[in-house]
Amino acid sequence: MHSDPKAVDLKTLEQLARTLRYRVIKTSHLSGTPHLGSCLSCLDLLVYFYWQILKIDPKDARAADRDRFILSKGHAAPALFQVLAERGFFPVSDLENYGDDGSLFGEHPPTPGYLPGIEAATGSLGHGLPMGLGMALASRISGKPYSVYAVLSDGECNEGSVWEAAMLASAQKVSNLTIAIDYNKWQATGRSNEVLNLAPLGDKWRAFGWCVSEINGHSFEEMQKAISDNKDDPRPKAIIANTIKGRGVSFMEDDNNWHYRTPNAEELEKAAKELGIAA
Amino acid sequence: MRNAFADEITKMAATDPRLVLLSGDIGNRLFDKLRAQSPERFMNCGVAEANMMGVAAGMASAGLRPVVYTITPFTTTRCLEQIRVDVAYHNLPVVIVGTGSGLSYASLGPTHHSLEDFAIFRAIPHMQIVAPYDAPSLRAVLRDALAGKKPTYIRIGKKGEKDILPPETAVGIGKSVVAREGRDICILAVGTIASEAVKAADTLKKNHGISPEVVLINTVKPLDTGLLDRLAAKFKTVLTVEEHSKIGGFGEHVASTFAQKGIRNQIICMGTRDEFMHVVGSQEYARTVYEIDAPSIVKAVQQAMTTASAAE
Repeated sequence: MHSDPKAVDLKTLEQLARTLRYRVIKTSHLSGTPHLGSCLSCLDLLVYFYWQILKIDPKDARAADRDRFILSKGHAAPALFQVLAERGFFPVSDLENYGDDGSLFGEHPPTPGYLPGIEAATGSLGHGLPMGLGMALASRISGKPYSVYAVLSDGECNEGSVWEAAMLASAQKVSNLTIAIDYNKWQATGRSNEVLNLAPLGDKWRAFGWCVSEINGHSFEEMQKAISDNKDDPRPKAIIANTIKGRGVSFMEDDNNWHYRTPNAEELEKAAKELGIAA
Repeated sequence: MRNAFADEITKMAATDPRLVLLSGDIGNRLFDKLRAQSPERFMNCGVAEANMMGVAAGMASAGLRPVVYTITPFTTTRCLEQIRVDVAYHNLPVVIVGTGSGLSYASLGPTHHSLEDFAIFRAIPHMQIVAPYDAPSLRAVLRDALAGKKPTYIRIGKKGEKDILPPETAVGIGKSVVAREGRDICILAVGTIASEAVKAADTLKKNHGISPEVVLINTVKPLDTGLLDRLAAKFKTVLTVEEHSKIGGFGEHVASTFAQKGIRNQIICMGTRDEFMHVVGSQEYARTVYEIDAPSIVKAVQQAMTTASAAE
């Protein structure tokens, strides 16, 4: 469908995001895969990176100078799988066995050798940023010019390894690393600013020496501005993406029950209607 | 061993542009030559080992050959999840080097001992576990690890260990060397404790009329099972020595391999007891506390010989 990213304007991206949201919800309904709220909150970020930013070729998924994208919040893999399929890394029909015994498609990404487009088998939080930092440093050491992008969750910033990586990236003046934090204000069992004291999140990253922008994480225009405004900044870059968990479906939005709940047939139909998808 | 490590890494880095050394804020002076030669390929990652291991995995996935270096507990148990997930699960060629292994840092207390590393890594898929016995042995396994593509853990000693065998006899990963030929019993030693095994064998021969064969092995996993078959055919008793807990260590690996093969030879496993050491001292002292020093090996061999002859 939209395999040539150059041809895609932001309006078309919005329609694409709605379609992918529906597929993620439907898959959750059919396979019982959880973390729906987490998938819907970062889906716009994934769409933007994959259709507007990443220099990648699905036909040459392991090219040495490709940009790398890591979904550090690995539990949103159901969203990533839909994005990768739609972007042409593998046929959308491959996702038909989602969650079956022996399927590659479950709650977290498999290792890169098992699925084109995957750069890191995340799922344990706090791993994606250090690995991405290693890849970004490798670009400099080996003289292959590419950039590394990662999406982290706000709950993930509980992990000490995130801040270890933040300090090294800043000390090493790594400029080809950009992260977006899916700041949906929830983690598994509570508000992310209450479980551990996360706020002020932007200031924390600034204090760690990063170039920070704070945006609406569902606005492609604001993503575009955050990326282009800071593209020449020599520091590592953090986009604090203010998002809504469960975004796109009224009865899922900002309701943390959808961290683990999966929709029934009636809810799927309702979601389709809200998203404007003919189910 | 530490100096041999720095020297070998510097030499290899001169010819292999993929080699990068990541240090956990130790060994600054040790790597001065490397830093002068290839400044971009030495990185002090600070006292942040979890991140360092993830960074190493990311570098390896992008085609570099990172070698991670710090004091053993901090390059093993401190960042175990990063080793398991980022390195082993992704099957990336990261070389993890633990310095001051076993009881090398006896004077620093159990925070700096490593007597559990074999056991932990044995259970992690893809991991090679290597414990060279002297400096030439370390150089050989390091070259091998970087020539191969497997996640590899190399446990090394500190500085000043004497070479046990002439450099030309050093072998690569998975191989073993006969340090002393003998006929009565086989002492199979892994890692730097090999020096005690050799000392014990010389004493046994000179003072007790016992002729032990001493085999030095540098690899805990994968285990050379062919070697075990040959030893079982030649010796009624095999005694293993390691500077590691008896639980889950090299000896247990050998014993379980024997059991699964149906080999009924007597096997004696010498290693550290299941307890932390609450006093400090030299490595030599710590080895006597845990009864893995040469006199303890002599005693164990004598006992084994008595049991074996009584059984006949």
